Amino acid sequence: MTAPQRVSYRMESTLESVNKAEEMADQVATQAGFDEDTRCGISMAVREAMINAVLHGNAYDPAKRVNLTFEQGSGEMIVTIADQGRGFEPEEVPNPLAPENLLKQSGRGIFLMRTFMDEVRFRKSNSGTEITLIKRLQGKENGLDRQEAST
Amino acid sequence: MSMKASTRQVEGITIVDLSGRITLGEGSVVLRDTVKELLGKGQKKILLNLADVSYIDSSGIGELVSAFTSVRNQGGELKLLHLTKKVHDLLQITKLYTVFDVKDDEAAAITAYK
Repeated sequence: MTAPQRVSYRMESTLESVNKAEEMADQVATQAGFDEDTRCGISMAVREAMINAVLHGNAYDPAKRVNLTFEQGSGEMIVTIADQGRGFEPEEVPNPLAPENLLKQSGRGIFLMRTFMDEVRFRKSNSGTEITLIKRLQGKENGLDRQEAST
Repeated sequence: MSMKASTRQVEGITIVDLSGRITLGEGSVVLRDTVKELLGKGQKKILLNLADVSYIDSSGIGELVSAFTSVRNQGGELKLLHLTKKVHDLLQITKLYTVFDVKDDEAAAITAYK
């Protein structure tokens, strides 16, 4: 089993940070051994979480930062994105697949994160919102492969 | 990669050839401005050719939806042409594939306008 590798970045609240995070997500997912389709999904989920942090959380405030952490190894990739915004209630975001919401311009970001990742967690604190995205390599559960888990 | 848009006229239909990424920022703005300009000139039959669009994020999806509703609200029609697999899958996932009129063939798309 490969030892987990962890790397963190403190990003400005800009579109460039969103693009950079997407690129880094693809690189980390490649190192973690995900196939191309899965990497695209991971990159998109990270992009959407970064958009959430930069646009909705920090509102492009140059004084605010986004903390971005990638952790990979043990058969999974964990991405944490923390902003310094006012926070929000993810359960209050309308279902974008509901017929009455299909033609709304926004509101699909969280849905896309949940579509492409195995787990999406939200944590609201006084200092902002933290989103944790988890993707496991196929055949891996809770950081252990199935054979290991069964022994 | 930034987004580019060029327009051409075929039998009264405005075909917009898009290339690049339709994402938050420049890509979404290019699409928005292009459709706004066409509607301003009274060109309400619009076919968006997405053959060279490599990527769309949630903002880009929102911009496509906005373009669709803007054109429809002015009595026009907006159709999509030549979706890449990624864009096709994304529209399926978001249940928008059946909202848009999606075509695979340009000539057939042209004749499909009323």
